[in-house]
Amino acid sequence: MSTFPIAIPRPVHPTGLWNWITTIDHKKIGILYGVTAFIMFISGGIEATLMRVQLAQPELDIVSAAVYNQLFTMHGTTMIFLAIMPLGAAFFNFVIPLQIGARDVAFPRLNAFSYWTFLAGAVMLKLSWIGGATDAGWFGYAPLTSIDQNPGKGIDFWIISLQVLGVASLAASFNFIVTIINMRAPGMTMMRLPLFTWMSFITAILLILAFPVITVALIELTFDRYFDFNFFNVARGGSVVLWQHLFWVFGHPEVYILILPAMGIVSEVLPVFSKKPLFGYTTVVLAGAIIAVMGWMVWSHHMFTVGLGPVANAVFTITTMLIAVPTGIKVFNWIGTIWGGSIKINTPMAFALGFIAMFLIGGISGVMHAVSASDAQQQDTYFIPAHIHYVLFGGAIMALTSGIYYWFPKFSGRMYDEKMGMAHFWLMMIGQNVTFFPMHFVGLDGMPRRIYTYAEGMGWDLWNLVATLGVFILIAGFAIFILNMVKSWKSGPEAPGDPWDGRTLEWSIPSPPPEYNFKEIPVVRSLDDWWNTKQGGNVKEVPVAGGSGDEGHNIHLPQPSYWPLVTALGLFIAAYGVVFNQLFIPWAISIIGTFIGFVGVYAWSLEPVNDPDEDSAH
Amino acid sequence: MAQEHIATADHGEHEATTTGLNHRKMLMWAFLGSDCMFFGSLIATYLVYQGKSLSGPLPIDVFDIPVTSVSTFVLLMSSMSMVLAYSALNRGNMKAFRIWMVSTAIMGSTFIGFQIYEFSSFSTHHIHFECSEVAEKIEHGEYVKAGHNHFYQKECLDQNGILKADHHVDEEYGLKPQTNLFGTTFFTLTGFHGAHVTLGVVWLLSIFFLSFKKGVITREKNLDVDLAALYWHFVDVVWIVIFTVVYLFGVFEGF
Repeated sequence: MSTFPIAIPRPVHPTGLWNWITTIDHKKIGILYGVTAFIMFISGGIEATLMRVQLAQPELDIVSAAVYNQLFTMHGTTMIFLAIMPLGAAFFNFVIPLQIGARDVAFPRLNAFSYWTFLAGAVMLKLSWIGGATDAGWFGYAPLTSIDQNPGKGIDFWIISLQVLGVASLAASFNFIVTIINMRAPGMTMMRLPLFTWMSFITAILLILAFPVITVALIELTFDRYFDFNFFNVARGGSVVLWQHLFWVFGHPEVYILILPAMGIVSEVLPVFSKKPLFGYTTVVLAGAIIAVMGWMVWSHHMFTVGLGPVANAVFTITTMLIAVPTGIKVFNWIGTIWGGSIKINTPMAFALGFIAMFLIGGISGVMHAVSASDAQQQDTYFIPAHIHYVLFGGAIMALTSGIYYWFPKFSGRMYDEKMGMAHFWLMMIGQNVTFFPMHFVGLDGMPRRIYTYAEGMGWDLWNLVATLGVFILIAGFAIFILNMVKSWKSGPEAPGDPWDGRTLEWSIPSPPPEYNFKEIPVVRSLDDWWNTKQGGNVKEVPVAGGSGDEGHNIHLPQPSYWPLVTALGLFIAAYGVVFNQLFIPWAISIIGTFIGFVGVYAWSLEPVNDPDEDSAH
Repeated sequence: MAQEHIATADHGEHEATTTGLNHRKMLMWAFLGSDCMFFGSLIATYLVYQGKSLSGPLPIDVFDIPVTSVSTFVLLMSSMSMVLAYSALNRGNMKAFRIWMVSTAIMGSTFIGFQIYEFSSFSTHHIHFECSEVAEKIEHGEYVKAGHNHFYQKECLDQNGILKADHHVDEEYGLKPQTNLFGTTFFTLTGFHGAHVTLGVVWLLSIFFLSFKKGVITREKNLDVDLAALYWHFVDVVWIVIFTVVYLFGVFEGF
């Protein structure tokens, strides 16, 4: 250690809170991601509830128009960047190393950095409610975001926190790409990877290519706002449509970033509870890859009414219709998987089946506004929120919830309460349909989205009231979910290593997994190796829970570190300094933050992964 | 023991990975792929706004191709000295390694110096000409730079459109990011490239100073240098695109 200039001792075997703060264990980071994302999900849900209450009846005045604008903007941004994406990241963290037979991710400290940076961005965005949050929609169309139209700090918070979240997502994606390519157990070829890992891999690739585009768009917006540049300044020749292009070139791959992990989870759950291998494994993988490629060719379907001309509209109509094909392939493969299987319906399976049904409805309404002529009628009506909620709530959230129940025994070491789980499922199924289906009706009836109230006698009263009532069914469902999680985690019955008779490697180790995951790195001989091992009769004895005892002491795991946290903290301070750049000495806070970040990076790169003193043992 | 090395995420150079490629090197390639999209978006913005500026100065008014060619040459040569540094390290010749590392950093800094000069000279750009010269060019149908034409119309002709005799024009015609779309997109694109080069210089110098500590940078532990070199070459390649698309296309008549 003496050769390194940074003399602060690294945290060795901390306990309690410090353990969580300095941890670089992918399982703990996964749990941190999951809990944080769920809290953000609740905050986004509260924003949604306030909006629905405001719209329950015509001409209510529960929130003002200005607050309503902030509510829908924050709701969208929160659900996409702070809830669904990090919930996906929670599963990446917890599940991928277990599924590929690895002891950790490729860059454990970078992983911790991703989490803390995500937290920094999330806190920053949510705190912008103090003093007025962003109100230009989650897509932040120019010129709504220009300094003339919108001089408040809300937009600045939105821009800068999205940049911080981008750093977190990029770092995590680099990490997972390398982990999946490079840390597979012997014999785990790419075409033996479990489907969830495959879809996460595709998601990570999409993410590292899509996020730089929004980064550039946000930089351009920042320069316009802070330094009077001309990117989106129409008076000096700038084009507001450029923002839309840049945003949706990012934004459309982004919706696949949200849905592909969900599809991966469903592709894990269905085979296990149907007792059949996934129907057409190769096809499902290829369909995912095709979606990832074609996801780049459809962005202008968000802009059909901008006036790009008949040729552009026709081309993007066709590509948008085509992208429904690989998605349809997946749906057929899922149906093929459960067809003729010995199906066991429990909570994760119910959610997975619910996912197929709900996602299908969202997909069908999606094909409806893929037709540019039809979209001209639907654009900016409630039909679009109906569609997006069927895909992202009925789709992504349903599948992620299925994943939470499915892997709950694995990460908590306990079983959840099945009755409460099914109650949650039914409340959620009924609640979301009551909430979101009426939006189709009012949408086709011409009710614009993003309005804070509407006049009596438009014929929208009944369905708006119904939709608002649906929200309370959903709240009841999630209340049961939280109760179930808290109660079961504390005092549920202990879970065996393989409660579902699973197919993939994570079920071959105890629940919860020991810190080092695998006592011996498994050798993989086929797809669904663990299932085949069990069928072949040579059932490996499933080790008992606990197990950080003697067998683990020879395995060298990367050690905890302060530096990811310090670097993320530097980034956080620097980001706040950009928003409040005129406070005290101009830009001083940013410079201090950047300096802290640099100290963190240098100390981090000079700190060995494993303390050499401990390493010398072998 | 061998199998433990597979999974313990050891950042050393000789760990066994599934593909045999080092984790960090793979991450670097993924990062560069991502960075391609970053510069791709900036270049796309530049191209979308090319020729859309409502007022001058335009590329043809401010660019000095010979000067930028020199700085481009320096940057490209720095890539060569980076290769020589890496090769010296692999031969175990630490002295040559350090010399080439410093040369690379110096050439990178020289490029940055040129860029700073360029930015400041663009922002204080002056136009001066004799009215008669431009009038002659127009008469012969020769190409007149946009800025010259602008001031010719404004300064050299009286109300009746008749040439003022012996009039000399000397006007400030500076390009700032706020001036027009060209300024906005040009300074953003080249500025971010410059920031990349600056970061690269800091990285190279960090490795240079670290190499004086025993056993940190050696023939066997050459990955840090390898990664910095990858990054450095990438930044160079991006400059080739920028130099072609922005500078060379920019001074083509009619562009």
